[in-house]
Amino acid sequence: MERLYLPAIIKGMFITFSHLFKKAATVKYPEQKRPFAPVYRGMHVLKRDEMGRENCTACGLCAVACPAEAITMVAAERKPGEEMKFREEKYAAVYEINMLRCIFCGLCEEACPKEAIFLTDRITPTEYNRENFIYGKDKLVEPLALEQRIDVTKRQQYTRD
Amino acid sequence: MDLILEKSILIIVIFSITLVIAMYSTYMERKVAAFLQDRIGPDRAGPFGILQPLADGGKMFFKEDFIPAKSERWLFILGPGIAMLTALMTSAVIPWGTSIEMFGRNISLQVADINIGILYVMGFLSIGVYGIMVGGWASNNKYSLMGAIRASSQMISYELAMGLSIIAIVMMNESLSLSVIAEKQDSWHWNVLYQPLGFLIFIVCAFAETNRAPFDLAECDSELIGGYHTEYSSMKLGFYLFAEYINMFISATMISTLYFGSYNFPGMHWVGDHLGHNWLAIIEVAVLFSKIIFFIFFFMWVRWTLPRFRYDQLMHLGWKVLIPLAIINMLITGGWMTYVWK
Repeated sequence: MERLYLPAIIKGMFITFSHLFKKAATVKYPEQKRPFAPVYRGMHVLKRDEMGRENCTACGLCAVACPAEAITMVAAERKPGEEMKFREEKYAAVYEINMLRCIFCGLCEEACPKEAIFLTDRITPTEYNRENFIYGKDKLVEPLALEQRIDVTKRQQYTRD
Repeated sequence: MDLILEKSILIIVIFSITLVIAMYSTYMERKVAAFLQDRIGPDRAGPFGILQPLADGGKMFFKEDFIPAKSERWLFILGPGIAMLTALMTSAVIPWGTSIEMFGRNISLQVADINIGILYVMGFLSIGVYGIMVGGWASNNKYSLMGAIRASSQMISYELAMGLSIIAIVMMNESLSLSVIAEKQDSWHWNVLYQPLGFLIFIVCAFAETNRAPFDLAECDSELIGGYHTEYSSMKLGFYLFAEYINMFISATMISTLYFGSYNFPGMHWVGDHLGHNWLAIIEVAVLFSKIIFFIFFFMWVRWTLPRFRYDQLMHLGWKVLIPLAIINMLITGGWMTYVWK
């Protein structure tokens, strides 16, 4: 009975052997990357407008919309000398997103009335502690310098109804 | 005194080579498995992932080594020890080459040239079953015990067919000693040409003895989590896994020595006449190791080709197919030797 299996086994082994010479299907991340869709939902960014003022007014709609309750914020009132830093009178003094709770669904981006928060195609980098994953405003607000702003025009086409 | 020194150095060299080959077998297994599955294996630890076994060893050392509360403490510690001991001791009787002439003396490349070589190896193989049995029993876990029982019943079933197929070789060479068997397979007179059926039976039994696919139901991850080594961690688990690779190395060595002409290769007399004795010995060792590495690759090749045997199919194959075939092989060999050869 064993003999009946032998030719099949040997044929099978040749098939397996031929796979040794085929090209591997592996993508060697991070040297090679696969292209992302233009609306890929990655790490968040709090946008500024053309004059460099923060868009976010700490209205809390994103926190309410978040299904994972990842966003928390503390609002504050704009002082008379800070007109060029914040657009409206209310701003977020503390704005924290817990990246471990976030499910990257994009509901906060859809809920925001001021087009302040967007999800970009950057991947959240790894950390060794849980505390380092709570991203504050320092990691979320985009830089002031015009060259370092993050381009979200492709996302705005889809969210603007 | 000189003899003791000579043998000690030989033992240390063979021991370290065994460990290094077993270590790089783990690397080779992952790479070969990957290439057969259209992916690349580990390639981050060092160039092409060469340092991966060192990383694995380091990981094993740094894990927490616990002993479950309700287990049999001393048997739990003893299990991996037995497995490792029996795996390593078998490398003592294998002829790695003929001999090297150095410092005016003839150093034979075999640690112990006992005249019951094959019996010694088969004996240690049988004790190896204890390593698994003890590990499964001492874990105090019914799934481990089931895995251990399945493994040990599989191993003792296939030992019989293995022994019977070796008897045909012993009949041909009229000696149990491995060095005599290796010498008689001169040039291209490898035993596989004289005993093809025996070779087939032996290789199937070798797969079953080392608990290697397609006979790996003792440790199949999908059915029994870890089988007999579920409750083990850190270095004890490392010992079990390492003992499996050493067993694979020794099985490949036994297949090469008994059937594939050990260190002989066609044209060896020409090389011996032209290059001298020492170079011949070194080339012979290299030839033996290349055969061993081919067989280790063969083990892995079959692992990723065939599906696993079911327990009753395995028992059927061992008792009802291989043992009759081995006995028929013995009869044919005996008949041939009596009426045709002599």
